[in-house]
Amino acid sequence: MKVAAYLALLMVAAVCAGGCKREHRVFDPGSPQTQVANASALNEIHAGAQWSPGPPSSPSRVRYDDNAYAVSEGKRLFESYNCVGCHQHGGGGIGPALMDAQWIYGSHPEQIYETIVRGRPNGMPSFSGKIPDYQVWELVAYVRSMSGQLREDVAPGRSDEMPVIKSEQARPKEHPSDEHQQKPPEGQP
Amino acid sequence: MILLAVPGFPGNQSSLNPVGPGASHIEFEFSLIFWITTAVYIIVLAVLVIGVIRRRHTLDTMPEPLATNEATEKRARIGVTAAAVVTVVLLFVMLIGSFETGRALGDMNQENAMPIEIYGHQWWWEVKYPNNDAYKTVETANEIHVPVGVPIRFRGTSRDVIHSFWAPNVSGKRDLMPGYNAEFVWQVDQPGRWRGQCAEYCGEQHAHMSFEIVAEPKDEFTQWLTNQAQSSVQPATPEANRGQQVFMTHACVLCHSIRGTSAGSRVGPDLTHLASRSTIAAGTLPNTAGNLGGWILNPQSIKPGCRMPPNQLSGTELQDLLAYLETLQ
Repeated sequence: MKVAAYLALLMVAAVCAGGCKREHRVFDPGSPQTQVANASALNEIHAGAQWSPGPPSSPSRVRYDDNAYAVSEGKRLFESYNCVGCHQHGGGGIGPALMDAQWIYGSHPEQIYETIVRGRPNGMPSFSGKIPDYQVWELVAYVRSMSGQLREDVAPGRSDEMPVIKSEQARPKEHPSDEHQQKPPEGQP
Repeated sequence: MILLAVPGFPGNQSSLNPVGPGASHIEFEFSLIFWITTAVYIIVLAVLVIGVIRRRHTLDTMPEPLATNEATEKRARIGVTAAAVVTVVLLFVMLIGSFETGRALGDMNQENAMPIEIYGHQWWWEVKYPNNDAYKTVETANEIHVPVGVPIRFRGTSRDVIHSFWAPNVSGKRDLMPGYNAEFVWQVDQPGRWRGQCAEYCGEQHAHMSFEIVAEPKDEFTQWLTNQAQSSVQPATPEANRGQQVFMTHACVLCHSIRGTSAGSRVGPDLTHLASRSTIAAGTLPNTAGNLGGWILNPQSIKPGCRMPPNQLSGTELQDLLAYLETLQ
């Protein structure tokens, strides 16, 4: 009997320990000077120029990818910053779909970060200097949740829109290829 | 009917200092119930104390058996019956009073009341004065100007979670639920600034979600409304001009709108006449250049969890931006 009680306690503790990371909220993301994405000012001549070389390193997965609050913030920002204007709610429109296995510029968090901050040809604008770092990472986490890349208990599960598609947490995991490997045409040296 | 009144509690956020018919009805009902229950409470305690004082035994003697006879029985019966009757009557007085209050509040509903739309956001109030000419529609935030003595038709809903609109001096609470329009009519009879607050827990910054109802004479109100309907003017000084450029090239433009410029996002409060408002951040801080500067640089240190991110600006950029925002009268 006692053993069962201890076991139950242990299980509760384990569940709680797993849940803490999921619910942890960081309200003060640090001074504005720490927001790298803001470091390069935008002007008409160089969109997102003077970029520090090399892609930024991904922050700890726990803080964004495994954090339900961060991902739901990402979902809110996706509306607020009008990402839905082009990508709709992941289905794509003016911009490409984000809930499928096709990734034009790569599906690694760092690659998505680059896409958001520096923009991409054919229409993706650069948000450098407009969105602080932590919000970019929140958006990155949310975008990855759209194609089922995140844990089910972290991905947001309820939309305010008409549910024409499955909610993020119920989507099957896609396997986007990281890069489009260009095979050299056969017969060429 | 004798008007019962609680000794006046002054204050610009107090139900006991009503400045409009709605709040007066509620205050009257409150006083009625307060005085009835106070009297009953005192009587019950007095009877208890008398019973304790007139104890019929001490620690070293046994209590005498209770002697009953016709006379005492009759007295007790009359006493209990009278108390029961008075209780029922008082309960009915409170019930009818409550019903009448509700009806009086409902009777304030008038077709020709001035419409004002209020939308609750986490954690600020969007205020809209609709007009048949779309270009005369006024949008502002957290500061609700109303003419004195004019019935206001309030229509409100929420943009995210449940909020509750409550200015105790003016009227009762009204919950704002997403997808549902709350509507009621209120009126302010005394000029002044009456503070209100969100009355439904809505997240981290629920406590910093207040608003002010500014009641002013009709001509002053009309003047205010005319000014608010104007677009912003092009800044005249070079600093303010540079400040406008800062606004348009930084994160500000993603969420805020300033009519008369290309900034038109509807995520955060409308800043077209920011300088005419007396507070920033939903009544959290007085609207001074210093507070505004601190707020722009790091809102998270003032209102942790709020929707505005920290902004990286150099000293000169910030000064120019503040100079520009000051022109938004």
